[in-house]
Amino acid sequence: MAADESYPGDLKYHREHDWARIDGETATLGVTWYAQDALGEIVHFEPPAEGDSVAKDESYGEVESVKAVSDLISPLSGEVLEVNREVVDAPERINDDPYGDGWLVKIRLSDPGEVGDLLDVDAYRQLLEEL
Amino acid sequence: MKLIFEKSKPGRRAAVVPKPDLPVPEIPEGLRRRRPPRLPELAEPEIVRHFTALADRTFGIDTGFYPLGSCTMKHNPRVNERVVALPGFRDLHPLQEEDASQGALELMWRLQEILAEVCGLAAVSLQPAAGSQGELTGLMLMRAYFADRGEAEQRTTVITADTAHGTNPASVTMAGYQLQKVETDERGNLDLDDLRAKVDENTAGLMLTNPSTLGLFDEHIEEVATIFHDAGALLYYDGANLNAVCGISRPGDMGFDIVHINLHKTFSQPHGGGGPGGGPIVVRDVLEPFLPVPAVVRDGDRFRLDYDRPKSIGKVRAYCGPFGVFVRSYAFIRAYGPALREMSEAAVLNANYMLARLKEAYELPFDRVCMHEFVLSARGLKREHGITALDVAKRLMDYRFHPPTIYFPLIVPEALMIEPTETEAKETLDAFCDAMLEIARDAAANPQLLKDAPHHRPVRRLDEVKAAKRAVVRYRFDDHPDLAGQPSAGEALEAQKGA
Amino acid sequence: MPRPANLPYLSLTEADRDAMLATIGVSSIEELFRDIPEGVRFRGELDLEPALPEAELVAHLEELASRNVPTSRELSFLGAGIYDHYVPAIVDAILARGEFLTAYTPYQPEMSQGVLQAIFEYQTVICELTGMDVSNASGYDGTTVAADACFVARHVTGRSKVVLCETLNPQVRQVVKTYAPGFGLDVIEVPHHEGTTDPDDLRQAADGAACVIFQQPNFFGCLEPAPELAAAANEAEALPVAHVDPVSLGLLEAPGNYGCALAIGEGQGAGNYQSYGGPHYGFIAMRSDYVRRMPGRIVGETTDLAGQRGYVLTLQTREQHIRREKATSNITTNQTLLALAGLVHLSWLGPQGLRELGATCTALAEYAKQRISLPQLFADKTTFKEFGIRAGRPAEDVIRAARERGVHPGYALKRDYGGMEDALLVCVTEKKTPADVERLADVLAEVAA
Repeated sequence: MAADESYPGDLKYHREHDWARIDGETATLGVTWYAQDALGEIVHFEPPAEGDSVAKDESYGEVESVKAVSDLISPLSGEVLEVNREVVDAPERINDDPYGDGWLVKIRLSDPGEVGDLLDVDAYRQLLEEL
Repeated sequence: MKLIFEKSKPGRRAAVVPKPDLPVPEIPEGLRRRRPPRLPELAEPEIVRHFTALADRTFGIDTGFYPLGSCTMKHNPRVNERVVALPGFRDLHPLQEEDASQGALELMWRLQEILAEVCGLAAVSLQPAAGSQGELTGLMLMRAYFADRGEAEQRTTVITADTAHGTNPASVTMAGYQLQKVETDERGNLDLDDLRAKVDENTAGLMLTNPSTLGLFDEHIEEVATIFHDAGALLYYDGANLNAVCGISRPGDMGFDIVHINLHKTFSQPHGGGGPGGGPIVVRDVLEPFLPVPAVVRDGDRFRLDYDRPKSIGKVRAYCGPFGVFVRSYAFIRAYGPALREMSEAAVLNANYMLARLKEAYELPFDRVCMHEFVLSARGLKREHGITALDVAKRLMDYRFHPPTIYFPLIVPEALMIEPTETEAKETLDAFCDAMLEIARDAAANPQLLKDAPHHRPVRRLDEVKAAKRAVVRYRFDDHPDLAGQPSAGEALEAQKGA
Repeated sequence: MPRPANLPYLSLTEADRDAMLATIGVSSIEELFRDIPEGVRFRGELDLEPALPEAELVAHLEELASRNVPTSRELSFLGAGIYDHYVPAIVDAILARGEFLTAYTPYQPEMSQGVLQAIFEYQTVICELTGMDVSNASGYDGTTVAADACFVARHVTGRSKVVLCETLNPQVRQVVKTYAPGFGLDVIEVPHHEGTTDPDDLRQAADGAACVIFQQPNFFGCLEPAPELAAAANEAEALPVAHVDPVSLGLLEAPGNYGCALAIGEGQGAGNYQSYGGPHYGFIAMRSDYVRRMPGRIVGETTDLAGQRGYVLTLQTREQHIRREKATSNITTNQTLLALAGLVHLSWLGPQGLRELGATCTALAEYAKQRISLPQLFADKTTFKEFGIRAGRPAEDVIRAARERGVHPGYALKRDYGGMEDALLVCVTEKKTPADVERLADVLAEVAA
């Protein structure tokens, strides 16, 4: 079952509808409720390889619905530590629980200072209202 | 309906293969097939019934009206099928000697001459297998042309319209170019300011469909050509919509340097459930040296294949291309002669008539006369009644019409792209328009009727999410999964969220 | 009201036109073209020959056709990639069904369950023949599917070198080379040793390569040590790609059963007439690991709202109409009608018939090798339905002299290979009889040196 709309206050947001949960020098990344709703039921997650480096504002993978493909934009730069294999096997987890079981990758930050460029929940909600 | 494999029984067969009284040599152990392929095993009567049942579950132009925009679903004359089956064409080997292929070579040469005349350009290669391969070939020609001029490194980008078919950007990438997109202005033409800002010394060329996928002729095509030619770049004409302008306006006269023609659209190739097609390339004289080999040339009263083209890009397909396609299109054109113009006129008249009848009930994003097709939007129905272009399409099936193209071009929300073609009778156009108008009324009066459509096809709406997630793309015999026992995606059925 | 002369495919009468123009609100068709700038209007009449009524049209095309010499009019042993196999009547009958002939790509599955199911069955048959997990709905022909395979391999491996065996059909190699610059591929070729490829040579060449393409049976008709070639490629972590003849796969092992990553080929021999080289269909099948790189259409099974089984185009996000410049291929057209012919032909043959067809071709070819008194090109190699001979004088002279006697003895290999001035590639299909083979042997004995 698709999740209800929500935007947790403890996350940082990127304007391309991606979120980051910062934990010291690592971060967990995923897509927001808005992104999964716009795509519809997600049928495929094309992950990066563990060990790949990702750059802020650039694509690190893709998610697909039946009729659309969307680049995953990394909110932060770093190295991929872990890919959520359960989402690779069952990508609908992104629809079901975009901030929990539907997380996508964990990265080690190469420039923690970039966190300051991200949106907090109020700024992101503001952005959604303007769309 | 059962798959043919589910109707098989070991030991049944249809073919009786000749068995000469000769010893059969052994295949060496390591190369020999260990387990036979599980091909169907049926006697001929059951094979005929199986495929007849499949034909019954397929809708073609022969079944009824098929106004699939951008696909030019015109009548396929049956005489074309008769002539393509003449043994002199059908049983001719592609490596037969030239003196024993003169009829085939002459037919190709004649078709080349015709296509050059229709396009207003100098030289033709019939080789590409389809429009999409014609596009790629055209871009390869561009690349070879600039390499020859020492500008290969410099010219790295190709510009396409935001209304372009998806093949255009895909071909650009496959040909090794960078893509730039130009926007459409409020009249449906290329945005000239945007274009001027993007064309420079790095531009290799433009790929454009004219009339566009909106069914509109670009009113500034002369200025567009000047912008590119002044920058030393080339113009590529995607011939997907040539059916609108035969004998009325020629791509060469518009300023295009390279054209591909979809023979299966303009010159009536049976679409065959998705192919075969044909994608000849027509070019200005300066590009002729780069065309694929072999070229079909005439020497006096003899025809031959010319491989001696040192600047050629090479071969893009085996032999001389899809010859049977050439026979059909040649026969089609010879049934018209110079009256090809009347073909295009009728296509444009039919489209404008339907547009006139439908534009009050559906939104018209660009209110101009159209060419051979037009694009309506169901966004009003969606806003007011929650009825989408998809619902309209599915409901049309209950009237025994094939739906138009939907959700394309991408710049029109809830797009319905309608192309009647020239071959339809007014009664057919009227019946379709009546159905569209009734659907628009039912959108308000009985929206659930539309949401549940189709009601009278062999299957109801299909679960595309399940298809993509499970990816069952072949029969697995005893291990075949039972998808019916698995939950459906419910509301996400054929989710159309746009691309 | 009279219709315009000689326009049999148009349905509008003068009265229709007048009524339609009135509805539109214009007084002439000319007004509908007002958006076309005057400078690009074509004001003359197209310089085309006059229209022909149907009977004259047929007579004209019959005259053109009569100036070709088809395999039905001479005893031909031409093969080299396109084969004169028997096409059963059932194929013609089913392809003449207007629903199959005149449908488009099945974008609206409720309208097209029949053609979708047929494609699903075709995909299954190709997977069964090749031992692969997934097939697309068909490609243009046996050459372009090789370029597609290189594109897949480049993306899967991230490498740009592709290795082609010299025993791969020259037409295929030429097309791959044409595609290579745009794809960013470097093409290298591995020479043959006495008609087949040496696995050690291939292992060296495959180092750092995206894929290796070999043909089984190869262009000379010889059986390659295919499992060893696949192993050599796998050792170098290059994808092994087998280019195979579907008609051989009742007798010869499926590429998927000896380690290949992809299997491709020209489908013509299964169900299509020679037709001077096309239209035919190519097939491309692969392991499921690479399915998201597959070019072209794929049909998948699903269910409808009522839980009934049905078929749809699937995994479409690979394709150009969604992914656009990032697509796995620009292909839109496939060759469904020709692939359907293949499905019908292979259903007609069944597993036993396919095996017997291969056996008959091999038996006749072996008989021809014995009866022809000329030296064989690669005498110690096992062959399938084709083999090379040396005529002892220039091949074109032998062909000319033999054709004067009503026999086309085969393809002149000098057109593609050095040092083969006098070599002919002879092909024997099940349509030949032992007497036909004897006639070939006699004529060659007469006309060769």
